[in-house]
Amino acid sequence: MMKGLKKWRLFSLLAVMTVFLSACGEEYITTLKPAGAVGKEQFNLLLFSISIMALVVVVVSVLYLYAFAKFRRSKQGEDHMPKQVEGSHTLEVIWTVIPIILLLILTVPTLITTYKFADVKAMEEVDEEGNKTALTVNVTAKLYWWEFEYPEQGIVTAQELVVPTGEKVYFNLKAADVKHSFWIPSVGGKMDTNVENVNKFYLQFDEESADLKDGVFYGKCAELCGPSHALMDFKVKTLSREDFDNWVAAMQATEGQTANADSADLGEATFANSCLGCHAISGVGASGAMGPNLATFADRNRVAGVLEHSKESIEKWVTDPEPYKPGNLMTGKYGELSEEEISAVADYIMTLSVED
Amino acid sequence: MEETKFTPQTWPDHPEQATMEGKNKFVGIWIFICSDIVLFASVFATYLSLKDKGPAGMEFSAAELYELPLAFVMTMLLLTSSLTSVFAMYHMKNYNFKGVQTWMIITVLLGLGFLGLEIYEFYHYVHIGFGYTQSAFSSAFFTLVGTHGLHVVIGLVWITCLIVRNARRGLNLYNAPKYYAASIYWHFIDVVWVFIFTVVYLMGVLG
Amino acid sequence: MSSVAVAKKKGFGATVWDYLTTVDHKKLAVLYLVAGTLFFAIAGFEALLMRIQLMIPNNNFVSAGFFNELLTMHGTTMLFLAATPLLFAFMNAIVPLQIGARDVAFPFLNSLGFWLFFLGALFLHLSFFMGGAPDAGWTSYASLSLYSPGHGIDFYVLGLQISGAGTLISGINFIVTIITMRAPGMTFMRMPLFTWTSLISSTLILFAFPPLTVGLFLMLVDRMFGANFFNHTMGGNTIIWEHLFWIFGHPEVYILVLPAFGLFSEIIPVFARKRLFGYSSMVFATILIGFLGFMVWAHHMFTTGLGPTANAIFAVATMAIAVPTGMKVFNWILTIWGGSIKVTVPMLYALGFIPSFVAGGVTGVMQATAPLDYQLHDSYFIVAHFHYVIVGGIVTAIFGSFHFYWPIMFNRALSEKLGKWTFWIFFIGFHLTFFIQHFLGLMGMPRRVFTYQADQGWDLFNFISSIGALMMGVGVILLVTNIFMSIKSKPLNCRDYWGDGRSLEWALKTPVPFYNFKQTPLVRGFDPYWLEKHEGNKEGMTYAEPLGDIHMPNNSIIPLVISIGMFVAAFGALYHPDGVSWSIPVIVIGLGITVAAMITRSLKDDLGFHVHVDEILATEEELYGKGGNK
Repeated sequence: MMKGLKKWRLFSLLAVMTVFLSACGEEYITTLKPAGAVGKEQFNLLLFSISIMALVVVVVSVLYLYAFAKFRRSKQGEDHMPKQVEGSHTLEVIWTVIPIILLLILTVPTLITTYKFADVKAMEEVDEEGNKTALTVNVTAKLYWWEFEYPEQGIVTAQELVVPTGEKVYFNLKAADVKHSFWIPSVGGKMDTNVENVNKFYLQFDEESADLKDGVFYGKCAELCGPSHALMDFKVKTLSREDFDNWVAAMQATEGQTANADSADLGEATFANSCLGCHAISGVGASGAMGPNLATFADRNRVAGVLEHSKESIEKWVTDPEPYKPGNLMTGKYGELSEEEISAVADYIMTLSVED
Repeated sequence: MEETKFTPQTWPDHPEQATMEGKNKFVGIWIFICSDIVLFASVFATYLSLKDKGPAGMEFSAAELYELPLAFVMTMLLLTSSLTSVFAMYHMKNYNFKGVQTWMIITVLLGLGFLGLEIYEFYHYVHIGFGYTQSAFSSAFFTLVGTHGLHVVIGLVWITCLIVRNARRGLNLYNAPKYYAASIYWHFIDVVWVFIFTVVYLMGVLG
Repeated sequence: MSSVAVAKKKGFGATVWDYLTTVDHKKLAVLYLVAGTLFFAIAGFEALLMRIQLMIPNNNFVSAGFFNELLTMHGTTMLFLAATPLLFAFMNAIVPLQIGARDVAFPFLNSLGFWLFFLGALFLHLSFFMGGAPDAGWTSYASLSLYSPGHGIDFYVLGLQISGAGTLISGINFIVTIITMRAPGMTFMRMPLFTWTSLISSTLILFAFPPLTVGLFLMLVDRMFGANFFNHTMGGNTIIWEHLFWIFGHPEVYILVLPAFGLFSEIIPVFARKRLFGYSSMVFATILIGFLGFMVWAHHMFTTGLGPTANAIFAVATMAIAVPTGMKVFNWILTIWGGSIKVTVPMLYALGFIPSFVAGGVTGVMQATAPLDYQLHDSYFIVAHFHYVIVGGIVTAIFGSFHFYWPIMFNRALSEKLGKWTFWIFFIGFHLTFFIQHFLGLMGMPRRVFTYQADQGWDLFNFISSIGALMMGVGVILLVTNIFMSIKSKPLNCRDYWGDGRSLEWALKTPVPFYNFKQTPLVRGFDPYWLEKHEGNKEGMTYAEPLGDIHMPNNSIIPLVISIGMFVAAFGALYHPDGVSWSIPVIVIGLGITVAAMITRSLKDDLGFHVHVDEILATEEELYGKGGNK
């Protein structure tokens, strides 16, 4: 009878938790509506551990409230002298053993998942022709922006990670300046980008992002990295495998694309003179750029990671980046530009696209 | 506190713990040493993880740098000084103040010899280009051995102060615990050096 | 010298000099209390500024850079400069009384510990006026703190180095005091739980602060003298800092929470009028928590990339801590069970503590689940968790103990009525602020962000959280008001203010004379005062010795001089990387002052003084009227 009651309690608790938790947050950023296998497992662990812990809190609170209500001095009289009890061995054993059992129950999935999430052996697997079978992305975190290199495909992009759905995507994580941390809350838990070593992990993206409000998932930097830590956002676009392959092909087709300083277009000429030194506009290459690659700029969702994606934003940003991202490394690197030049550059950048 | 005149017969067996203050000092120095052990453990761990680490093309490695004979002489000096401080404590228990002072002075002299060789060693390394800021390895080496060296300096100043201040006063239950604590501290420094000799020099040279 | 035996009304200057030179544990407790409250208020104010900034999205109430300074100083100050000294205040005031001692083992070092702590803290806070406070978080991870421009991090490193030395010295002092200074009959297993937790907490200080000292030193030489410990281009490794910091940082939590447990273990039995349930298992649990506290530091580094084996080991070790902590909670509940509960303000805090702390504890176990922590780490969930532990566990203990021990420390009582208002406003504000932050974390909000965009579903919860923070602020203002009101209130001149005191400190009549016990008490069992009281002993204790001369230590200004030397030297080191010509001379002068003061101390005989029997009787008569302490 007691056992049945406990099971029922646990179950209903679980149900209530599920409803309550999943009502929280926006689906493109919350961990409570996971859109990937890793995030789902983490969410299940959350539910599982929260249920056990809620049980503990409830038991403790009930005991304590009951004791508190029952043994008030106002009820027992001012002179009541309670029995001075030393302790109880039986009780001590009970409240030592039961928590140990609860923790052991929690330990099992913890250990299994810890090893499972750390399994990146598939990164090295190759098919008959010697090509890597799994998709690997090299992530480099830099002061307030993210660089994503696809080494097998020979392409590189920034600020917006593009990945296929339904398969494990492996990441090599590294920081170029100070420590950051790579986090896509709605897809799965994070990993730090250290300055002296490469960390590896994988995520799996199970939902295409096109139906989301902005058409992307949100990514965050989770480790304090300076004044603009809060603004070091990136976005994640998840595509079907077919669309992803098309995107890769389109990126590879931008090989050699560059801006001409002698161009009749003021925007292109200005870009070539003032911006090209740091910002490449060809998607072919490797990581290590000074500034974010802009080959897919027009396809992106935000300017500088946080501003609305519009010409006005670019103009504001190029005029003076400092107020929008304090401590960024772009301020003061490109000389004075006239309003006309800035407007032209903004127009030019908005044409950089690999999508139709 | 009233000055009581002692004879070797009335002098207690454990003069360092005969008073409350003495007992406190006795326990206190041991507790402090527990803490200092953790301090050295942290520096040792740092040294071990940065050993031979440096910028690309670093020319110094532990195997080529260290000179065992010098380190061995230093070790012998410090070990002997530990022994002489034991002699001092032996005389303290027998209420022989002159013996205490003499052996403590010898301890200080041996310690100074050690320190001189260490300074020479550091000077030599800097001279050949292995300076403090040269690599992570050099920073870690100088910090570990230097921390020990600083402990030696503090120990020498401490013991010298004791020798000077008590020269006229003679031995009593007020200063006996102070001598005792200083000698415990000195043994501790010695033990740390044995670890440095093993971990830094021996393991450094052998690979 | 012995003329100071009789406390007389003194002039202002004389009082100040008295406090600057005092070695009396009760006066040092007052100094710790004042300094701790001051820094608590400053750090609380910093928190309010941050919550106002985060009240609405895209706010620009404070700048990004200043926000990082606020969050760094809030964390650093609260842990090192507010919680630690406030707990030290109670340890200083109460532990010697609980074990029947006239003072601590090393009164001189006790004073030195305080002044090092205080000048280190002062040095750190000067950063606000001298070019900017540290801004790399209280954890000050190496890559960011090496990158951080200006002198903020230098202030952090030097300030914490000095105040950390003070804390370590105090820790050693408490350990020796508790080992050697116990009154006859006060065996280890008769020690009150607050004394036990102070002992274990001091032991943790002993082992945890050296790694911090080393870490700070490495950071210091890296930033100021060109060393390469954390510079990876020169072979350095920033992960070393993370390890050293957390080998210190995790035990630090227990350094603070164990004395808090101890305080509640004193409060609960008094107001439940019942012996602490399961005393020996409480002691065992304290030791076990202290031990395990050193085995779990890497759970702060689950996402650093230490590999699955390290993560798995530290996950399991961390979960294990829940067991002894759970034992404690159940023992407290069983102490209440069958008791006669009087709801006073200290008891209110104790009652509020249990559910809040349990909530903080269980979220800790959730984070110990390493794969789940990949989601929770560095999110607002963590912020919620450790505030539940620290505010729900430590701050409630401190506030409760303000009320509980005020009569012994100041011979005055804090207002119960105002205290109850304070409790409810603070307590509700606390849950309002932090409960909701669990969900903010789960909804993807990273911690340490100075602002957030409006489109992420976090607006409402952040707003509610800020309202809660304002309520907490009101609560603290009420508490401070209460303190000021108590200054004007009438002296109590009583014994056992709460009526159900059990341990030795309640056997003393207030105000407590500077020598504490005119005769050393003989402890005949657990809860000695309760024992004597219920055997009808009017004086509250049995004595181990006849009335005789008392030996007391001399006051000294040298601890302050030693600390000032360090303070001066720190300025020299701070400006060394700027290449100013005076930096090395200033370092030398500062350290010279310190060393000279230490040598003076070493060369001079300091034998203390004796309080004669007639002076004792005169003091007792002056404090308690004719007949003295009867």
